[in-house]
Amino acid sequence: MKPRHKRLILVVVALALLGLGATFVLKAFRSNLVFFYTPTEVFAGQVPQGQAFRIGGMVLEDSLQRNEDGVTVRFAVTDTIEDVPVQFTGILPDLFQEGKGVVAQGRINMEGMFVADQVLAKHDENYMPPEAAEALERAMKIKMETE
Amino acid sequence: MNIWKYSSPQYFYPLAKKMATIFFVFAAVFTVWGLYIGFFVAPTDFQQGESYRIIFIHVPAAWMSMLIYLIMSFWAAIGLIMNTRLSSMMAHALAPTGALMTFVALWTGAFWGRPTWGAWWVWDARLTSELILLFLYIGYMALRASIEDPRRADRASAILALVGVVNVPIIYFSVQWWNTLHQGASVSLTKSPSMATSMLTGMLVMALAFWMYSIAVSLIRVRRIIRDREANAAWLAESSGAQ
Repeated sequence: MKPRHKRLILVVVALALLGLGATFVLKAFRSNLVFFYTPTEVFAGQVPQGQAFRIGGMVLEDSLQRNEDGVTVRFAVTDTIEDVPVQFTGILPDLFQEGKGVVAQGRINMEGMFVADQVLAKHDENYMPPEAAEALERAMKIKMETE
Repeated sequence: MNIWKYSSPQYFYPLAKKMATIFFVFAAVFTVWGLYIGFFVAPTDFQQGESYRIIFIHVPAAWMSMLIYLIMSFWAAIGLIMNTRLSSMMAHALAPTGALMTFVALWTGAFWGRPTWGAWWVWDARLTSELILLFLYIGYMALRASIEDPRRADRASAILALVGVVNVPIIYFSVQWWNTLHQGASVSLTKSPSMATSMLTGMLVMALAFWMYSIAVSLIRVRRIIRDREANAAWLAESSGAQ
């Protein structure tokens, strides 16, 4: 066996072991790498207790309410199975919309309300011109009416 | 024709110059074409308005940052295994461009994130792993610079580069494996792209431009590295005398 074959085997074996090691580490840290929890996980009690965390999902349609002070909003975050009510005082990002993705950071208070200190809009991977979006929406409506 | 002779710095040196010129021309053409599509042809996005146009820079830069790392590690590994000088020089030459692409991806991402998400930076898996990639590039260059003997620098930095390879699939798949604020891939090998055709064309043309630019700059840089490391070689004295 030539020295370079030995080195080749060494590099391949080292990389394989490294990959395996990384896989185990990532599996072990799985929960720590989660940027946000879904409402279902909140209801299942899989969220950190007594400390701030993030929830993510869609803003439930027709759930957005503005308080009289003008800067406090209430809405529900849904993953279509469970809804979490959220309260936030501050400026919402431009892309914040009902039916669109959102990530909120905060903690749950005594009444089961998630009090957020930061709200981020989560964008999806779809990019299209407004006309296409309208056409898509019309198609969805027709489809829903026929069902 | 024996193509293997180009693995010798002596023959690669003049070839790199010719290739670099060609790739620079392609880079210029694709950049003009891609930016034209990006600014004038591609429509406004239904949700993000004009700010989405950052993808024409952001996505190609992010792709290149990962791809260059893979190519750099490949050449570093070949240099380590086969003990070929030019392979290690190639790896060395790619690192600064890779670091630049990573920086551009992070920077343009921050500019897009502020209006779109509402935050310049978040510690989600995609952004964090891309930041680690930047540190890997910087670490690779720092390690090289800290070792006087170029052959020892080749070996030590090759090992660092190879250890860092695990990070590349983590970056790529982070949006699938974990809940991240960063959206999933709009373009992938396994499903049809979820974006309008002209937007996609603009992005792919810009990606080509970034490829061409990266190749051209790396070739210029590898020539400089050859000049540094082969400074005492007779062929270099001859060829630089001739030019």
